[in-house]
Amino acid sequence: MWTVLACLMPPLILSVFIFGIQTLIITAVSVISCVLVEAVSQKALGRPITIRDGSAALTGVLIAFVIPPGVSYLLPVLGAVMAIYIGKHLLGGIGYNIFNPALLGRAFLLATFPVAMTSAWLPPLHDLAIFSYLGSGVDAVTAATPLAVMKEQGMAAFTQAFGSGAGLYTSFFLGWRPGCIGETSGCMIVLGGLYMLYRGYITWHIPVSVLGTIALLSWIFGGEALCSGDPLLAVLSGGALLGAFYMANDYVTSPTNKTSQLIYGVGIGALTVLIRMKGGYPEGICYAILLMNPLSSVLDSFFKPKRFAPPVGGDK
Amino acid sequence: MNSLLTFPLGGVHPPEAKGQTAGLAIERMPVPDELEIILGQHIGAPCTPTVKKRDVVVEGAMIGEVQKGLGVPLHSPVAGTIKDFGMSAHPMRVTSPSITITVDHAAIPATYPRNDWSTLTVAELLGRVHDAGIVGIGGAGFPSHVKLKPPPDAKIDKLLLNGAECEPYITADHRQMLEHAADIVEGAKIIVKILGIQECIIGIERNKPDAIQTMSEAAQAGSTAGCRISVQALQVKYPQGSEKQLIQALTGRKVPSMALPSTVGVVVHNVSTARAICDAVVGGKPLYEKVMTISGGGITRPANLLVKVGTKASDIVAYLGGVKPELAKVIMGGPMMGFAVSNLDVPVTKTTSSILFLTEKEIDTRPHSQCIRCGWCLEACPMGLEPKEIGVFVEANRAEDTAQFGVFDCFECGSCAFICPAKRPLVQFIRLAKMKAKR
Repeated sequence: MWTVLACLMPPLILSVFIFGIQTLIITAVSVISCVLVEAVSQKALGRPITIRDGSAALTGVLIAFVIPPGVSYLLPVLGAVMAIYIGKHLLGGIGYNIFNPALLGRAFLLATFPVAMTSAWLPPLHDLAIFSYLGSGVDAVTAATPLAVMKEQGMAAFTQAFGSGAGLYTSFFLGWRPGCIGETSGCMIVLGGLYMLYRGYITWHIPVSVLGTIALLSWIFGGEALCSGDPLLAVLSGGALLGAFYMANDYVTSPTNKTSQLIYGVGIGALTVLIRMKGGYPEGICYAILLMNPLSSVLDSFFKPKRFAPPVGGDK
Repeated sequence: MNSLLTFPLGGVHPPEAKGQTAGLAIERMPVPDELEIILGQHIGAPCTPTVKKRDVVVEGAMIGEVQKGLGVPLHSPVAGTIKDFGMSAHPMRVTSPSITITVDHAAIPATYPRNDWSTLTVAELLGRVHDAGIVGIGGAGFPSHVKLKPPPDAKIDKLLLNGAECEPYITADHRQMLEHAADIVEGAKIIVKILGIQECIIGIERNKPDAIQTMSEAAQAGSTAGCRISVQALQVKYPQGSEKQLIQALTGRKVPSMALPSTVGVVVHNVSTARAICDAVVGGKPLYEKVMTISGGGITRPANLLVKVGTKASDIVAYLGGVKPELAKVIMGGPMMGFAVSNLDVPVTKTTSSILFLTEKEIDTRPHSQCIRCGWCLEACPMGLEPKEIGVFVEANRAEDTAQFGVFDCFECGSCAFICPAKRPLVQFIRLAKMKAKR
């Protein structure tokens, strides 16, 4: 848990740099609320208090990462109550919760504070020298998220607001775009994700199948004509990277068998693209993961690991 | 050669921790004043005593035999007097019936002159193995003469000797391969003759290059036209020394669930069992002493000891200069599959391969938590099982429903419990599941 938390520190630090100290305060409020709610819930339910395992703190960081940087401090507190008390402990505590607690918190906030959750974006503070050096035009950045601009105003407005070409990819990959606190910086998320892969905490199956499906389906259906979409942009915008590496991979709520993991990842990717294109929200990965979560154990009961050598004539 | 160098499915890499004793020659421990010989030394029926209280016995005399069922006779490890019949502490059964012998320190140690066995018939050879009370020394203690009589329909073509010694800390087989290579090879030749086959492969993990070297030389010297003995170096991975995993690593064959190795044409013995068979057939010496590793950070002087069966752990501790204050846990057997013991009155049996004295630093005493479904145990299980599911079912009081997960395939290697980040006692859950699922 602590290692995963450490992996989330680079995107947080960069986020503070991009959006200002506000993001750090929101993250701190979220983490403290989560740890407190965990302690109170466990006390109230008569369970041993396990705040030192880092799991509540991790949920706290993840909640902060999926809310906009300009919201009121009340939101992360409410999100923490929803995520930890209802989403985690009322469903049985760690190991038994069906839904990813952090995303449950976000879904709850999105339903109860729709305006704040979809408009409290902050524009990046600094127009980094690196962009002028790279020759891209990020000076006209608006405070609406790229996916929302693309969905509501179309591709032309998007290009006007965020630019296009390599400079666009670079600024999105580095994180210079409006978005939730922790989701904007693709490079930092991928860096942490690769480290977790290297240490063997996660395997490639879920992130690759989620991102691969998003890229493939966005390429096929994302453009004006078939097969003219922009797969790279689809992966770099919204919370696709954060979702694929840190949310969909959550041990408790994802399948354990490798085949199930691939199907689960493809399902998340497909639902994400479906919601992005046809749903009521610009971004869909949060709901896509929440919709696939309950299927985890179902998938696992279909796909069993390969036995060493089954008995001759089958099990009795 | 069909060697895969290791088994492909699952496995873990626990710290080897063999450095404390790998370089120490086997030393004979002085016989204590009293031995407690447990009647049920191994799998199968316990022995019935054939001696009475106050009987005087010589070293190697039979003191117990099995009237019915699977078993082998029991011999006195020393010259002495039968003191009493009572109960001894036991690592698994809590207590177990035993014979106490008072040692006669004045008696001259028995000697076993070597004689030629090449003229003996297969039946005579088998008789000697049985009469000497030989069981599988590697672990389970399955009576060896039974393994040497495979079912008539099985077509055996290979003998495999297990020198993997994959459990951390233990170096008893390693030292025997270095110091008694010729006897092990001689034992292999005897087994090859009993089985009527021509090939023997000795599997040794690569972390024992000196043993591979010594055994290869001995195997080459001992090979004849009718009996090819070779050594195969294996990758270091736990549980390489498990029977099914070793067979797959050395021959590529897979023993089906619930079946014996003879169904795929092989017989497996431990290298130390092969040495005991050599002693029994060549010298007529019964199995009543064994090489053990005493190791861990909690013992003053780690050692590889030749110990009489019936010696108590407390006698060994006294001989090795006592335990250190940091001692936290005593384990009989290896750290992966052994059993923690709560007192040191436990006597050594024919199958005890080590006693480990571990400190707080060497064990993990943190409490376990719920399963977080990380799935690491699925990756680690060499049998392709789902330990996490079995654990959850056992916790939910549904242990009897776990046969669907192939719980009886589990040989309790402990790879799942070793890798579990929640420190769940998965092997204990599985043992419970097996007990309940059997009913």
